[in-house]
Amino acid sequence: MPGMTGFAGLENYRYLFTDPALWSAMGTTLLLVGWVLAITVVGGTLLAVLFQQEFAGRGIARVLAISPFFVMPTVSALVWKNMMMHPSNGVLSWVAESFGLPAVDWFSSLPLTSIIIIVAWQWLPFALLILLTAMQSLDEDQVEAARMDGAGPVAIFFFITLPHLKRAISVVIMIEMIFLLTIFAEIFVTTSGGPGLATTNLAYLIYIRALLDFDVGMASAGGVIAIILANIVAIFLVRMVAKNLED
Amino acid sequence: MTTSRTKQPGSETAAIPLAARPSLLASPGIRKLGLAVLGWTIACVIFFPIFWMVLTGFKTEAAAIADPSLIFSPTLESYQAVQDRSGYARYALNSVAVAFGSTLLALVIAIPSAYSMAFLPTKRTKGTLLWMLSTKMLPSVGVLVPIYLIFRDVGLLDTRTGLIIVYTLMNLPIVVWMLYTFFKDMPKDILEAGRMDGASTLQEVLFLLMPLTLPGIASTGLLSVILSWNEAFWSLNLTSSNAAPLTAYIASFSSPEGLFWAKLSAASTMAIAPILVLGWMTQKQMVRGLTFGAVK
Repeated sequence: MPGMTGFAGLENYRYLFTDPALWSAMGTTLLLVGWVLAITVVGGTLLAVLFQQEFAGRGIARVLAISPFFVMPTVSALVWKNMMMHPSNGVLSWVAESFGLPAVDWFSSLPLTSIIIIVAWQWLPFALLILLTAMQSLDEDQVEAARMDGAGPVAIFFFITLPHLKRAISVVIMIEMIFLLTIFAEIFVTTSGGPGLATTNLAYLIYIRALLDFDVGMASAGGVIAIILANIVAIFLVRMVAKNLED
Repeated sequence: MTTSRTKQPGSETAAIPLAARPSLLASPGIRKLGLAVLGWTIACVIFFPIFWMVLTGFKTEAAAIADPSLIFSPTLESYQAVQDRSGYARYALNSVAVAFGSTLLALVIAIPSAYSMAFLPTKRTKGTLLWMLSTKMLPSVGVLVPIYLIFRDVGLLDTRTGLIIVYTLMNLPIVVWMLYTFFKDMPKDILEAGRMDGASTLQEVLFLLMPLTLPGIASTGLLSVILSWNEAFWSLNLTSSNAAPLTAYIASFSSPEGLFWAKLSAASTMAIAPILVLGWMTQKQMVRGLTFGAVK
């Protein structure tokens, strides 16, 4: 540990960067953010297209699908951990067993995957909500014209819908990146960063260093790193908002 | 929106020659039925954990951990137990006080600042607004240490006041930004007419601006309430017992008490029900606030 008194200079950073826990936490953060982004953006886009179509009870179905976003993180994490993913009494293991498959002990054998599933469940509705809103400004006449020219649904999706959603998708990616970078409550109530360091992301590592180890200097150095990472994304987001403010 | 779209399917079948239509979607009736089945299946799968939680809250503890079943005799004993034994009301009261307290405070600060930005802009207004928004992109964990130390030194740890201050600062950029957009949409002439009639700035804001933009102010407030109610980073780190809101109370089910699924479910259902309803009502504003207007 760096000196307990006086000015530390860059000492805290030196200790932080030589701490293997940092690199493991960075890797975990990257995996968590990457997978959740992939699931929510691809899933959200497809669902937005689906929920844009006319069908009976569409309004209610939409409301059901966006609901998880309004559930507090501690509730979603515990409901998933206890009632969905519990190895013997959870719904998932019951479903697996009724198909004759072995039950999975989610949090001990696939801890990070479990967290990814929970977080993706919370953020998929966010992507859906934003992309559905963006869909509403899609030019119906253009779609109609393309259909007249014989374009199939797949072609319409790739050549009209997707380009139209490009902006909204990048907004979703940027906002999610900023929030997902510091996922905390879901880890706090389910795995506490374990087993070992398997689910310790950057936010959780800073929490451990600051409030459990009381290594304030190192935690602050970690905090600065988190801010720098978020700012890389934020620069682009602010630019986009600024552009929009002009019109 | 719906009225313009409902016309489409009819006109489309009339306009498109049969050969141009993809064969798979030949009959609009079947296509619609398929969409409905697919849409509803996905919606139900996504909603299932919430549905299951609500259901489990009405089970006995024994039934809650038994094999999943839709058939059981509903009971309110878990709700009763949560109220009696763990003092649910105290945590709920903390949540209400913190969510509404921080929202009110944020509105009191944001209304004047949004007023000045919307009606008396200078060449630095836009830059200021963007700078405020950019603070929203700062990860909370980055300032955990300084805030924790300051709160410890001034005795704000585990107090409602402390949490209200943090939440106010957390939501202020979004609140200012949303109010700014609502105020900007308001016709300037009305305010000018008021000024002609001799209204002071305060009267102008209180009796003209606020009543006219009340729907906007209300939805901004609701968004702030939702965000504060569900916030779980600061509440877990800055409170322990006295000021702990529902997010922290639910987290206490994580270890040994986690076995009491029915009680966890009953407490969770009560904790999320009001916000779920508010969330359904404010979807549109939610998008506006959360994307800073980048998606319209």
